[in-house]
Amino acid sequence: MPILKIDGKDIEVPVGTSIIEAAKKAGIEIPHYCYHPGLSVAGNCRMCLVEVEKFPKLQISCYTPVTEGMVVHTQSERVKDAQQAVLEFLLVNHPLDCPVCDQSGECELQNYYMKYGLYDSRLMEDKVKKHKAVSIGPTVMLDGERCVLCSRCVRFCDEVTHTHEMGIVNRGDRAEIEVAPGKEVDNDYSGNVVDICPVGALTDKDFRFKCRVWFLAQTPSVCPGCSRGCNIEIHWNKERPYQTPGERVMRLKPRFNADVNKFWICDEGRYNYHWIDQGRLLKPMQKRRGVPHEVSWEEAFGTLSGLFLRPQEMGVIVSTDMTNGDLAMAQQLFVSELKVKNVAYQWIRKSGKEDELLMKADKTPNTRGAQALGFEDRSGEIYEQIEKGQIKILFLFGHNLMEILGKDQAEKMRSHLETLVILGPHAHEGINLADWALPSAVYAEKNGTFTNFEGRVQKISKAFPPMGMAKSEREILKEMARQAGIHINLTV
Amino acid sequence: MNRSELTFIERLYIFEALKGILLTSRHFFWNLFLHTTHLFGLLKNKSAAVTVQYPDEIRPYAPRLRTRHHLVPRADGSPRCVACMLCETVCPAKCIYIIAGEHPDPNVEKVAKRFDLDLGKCVYCGFCVEVCPEDAIRMDTQIMNIAAYSREEMLLDINELLRPGSRKQS
Ligand code: SF4
Ligand code: SF4
Ligand code: SF4
Ligand code: SF4
Ligand code: FES
Repeated sequence: MPILKIDGKDIEVPVGTSIIEAAKKAGIEIPHYCYHPGLSVAGNCRMCLVEVEKFPKLQISCYTPVTEGMVVHTQSERVKDAQQAVLEFLLVNHPLDCPVCDQSGECELQNYYMKYGLYDSRLMEDKVKKHKAVSIGPTVMLDGERCVLCSRCVRFCDEVTHTHEMGIVNRGDRAEIEVAPGKEVDNDYSGNVVDICPVGALTDKDFRFKCRVWFLAQTPSVCPGCSRGCNIEIHWNKERPYQTPGERVMRLKPRFNADVNKFWICDEGRYNYHWIDQGRLLKPMQKRRGVPHEVSWEEAFGTLSGLFLRPQEMGVIVSTDMTNGDLAMAQQLFVSELKVKNVAYQWIRKSGKEDELLMKADKTPNTRGAQALGFEDRSGEIYEQIEKGQIKILFLFGHNLMEILGKDQAEKMRSHLETLVILGPHAHEGINLADWALPSAVYAEKNGTFTNFEGRVQKISKAFPPMGMAKSEREILKEMARQAGIHINLTV
Repeated sequence: MNRSELTFIERLYIFEALKGILLTSRHFFWNLFLHTTHLFGLLKNKSAAVTVQYPDEIRPYAPRLRTRHHLVPRADGSPRCVACMLCETVCPAKCIYIIAGEHPDPNVEKVAKRFDLDLGKCVYCGFCVEVCPEDAIRMDTQIMNIAAYSREEMLLDINELLRPGSRKQS
């Protein structure tokens, strides 16, 4: 493995590593636009120039492989001059739309200008005008003037999705990003071009003008959209909630994980967040003479713990949307303590789109986790037993019977039951069937883990407190158990 | 704080009251005398007290004085403000509330759909004016009388900010 010197530091890296990667390993930042570790190297922006001893000219660090004994300078006067000049060149026709640009605050032009630019503009000519605010697909907006022609988006469509929608047309200062005639940037991963665009040329329609990025808080989490378990960051509006009344989550962004999703997430997962804040069940409800009434948690716990005296008439259907902690609590309470026989998980969204890259057909995040905890997919048997009258009490986690069984069948099933308890985050139509509807927290509102389809256990973190009076399933079950005199000690 | 004990004379009150009246009367008659002589062009080198009969009479304010805010309109009447939220970000009193929307012209793109400013919280620091990249908010209305009967009335909406004084007073 060659050893080289960058800014006086000795670094050992494998053969073929580029200088920029070697520098990153040593904690030295080299500014760059076109280089992206998830894409091929284009070497067109020239922002990453460094000085290599014994080379007459400056070299682009993204494309120059290291050699034994190489001596690199990233901070010399020549490099600084070059960085400033490149930046000035890239910004010659730039519109400086920062006040209206959604990228503002996380823009590499802004960042690098403050770090490596700081020159006064010398431009006397009129700037070249290009297309602005063009919709190039269902999720992406293009602003031609803001583009620095790094070609990351083009390479993404060529190399990652192989859909080839984008290209660069014309030459010189007229060069512009275009979408292939008759096409749209409409693939299952199109949102990623917004993430990799280092400037505000590609912006997300879903996020457009919703919130300034500096008002956002970030919480690391895992996408609950399918069993791949892509690592994500939840960006939510912490500082200015009145700007987006009733909406806390502003967007989801991929979080790098070399083993799961690399830099990407699919669009299904990316825009799969509006349900976090919409249609939520806010208070525990009890049905009295057919009409739902709000009750306090104490009332609910008190009454429901009484049901634990009849475990042989009980059925439990958990969902694969629950975290391992919640599932473990259900397992401990119903299986280990109460010895309920009819405990199962049910898949609700088990056959969706699947592809080579990330998307899995199982659209729930924790099927492997449920299986590992001993739950089996035998909800069908439970429904049969309900019809036969052997099960009188059903604990249902998150499921909508109306959706699963259809309206008539669900109502029939309901009539066989004595008590139906639904724990779930949403106030869907199926909730009306329940005698007890208990609001539970969604994944963004709790800590825990999901096990992805490969068996990889990944952590999710609580971004904000549960909406309304909701509590996590774990807390609800633990409290109910406590009231029934069962103490469960779980550290998951 | 140390207060000296009142003397017997002071505690009688009447002498102290007379002393006060004497002082006020001295100023009154002296200024009356000076104003009268000024009318005849005499004793001009001695200045007399000036009283402005506010609100019937309003002193001219310096143009740089920070007075009530206003949003600058474009030629078509829409606000020049592009809802960049810099003023909202910098405002130390957190009294600016903006909601952005789409502008039909792609060269403008963004415009404030809602712009509320709570004068009840504003500290008149002028940071919002200073930070605005569009020169869209100014504190140059020369309006100083911002009293109101309720907190709600202290909240200026986008219409009132675009056309200061247009809101009906209750
Ligand atoms: S791309 Fe960056 S520099 Fe350009 S207008 Fe947007 S935020 Fe400003
Ligand atoms: S649109 Fe963005 S990613 Fe694509 S070439 Fe331009 S700057 Fe690069
Ligand atoms: S003057 Fe100061 S306190 Fe008042 S709105 Fe402007 S920034 Fe906020
Ligand atoms: S700083 Fe100016 S342009 Fe930006 S939101 Fe405030 S008033 Fe509008
Ligand atoms: S990052 Fe090396 S040339 Fe663009």
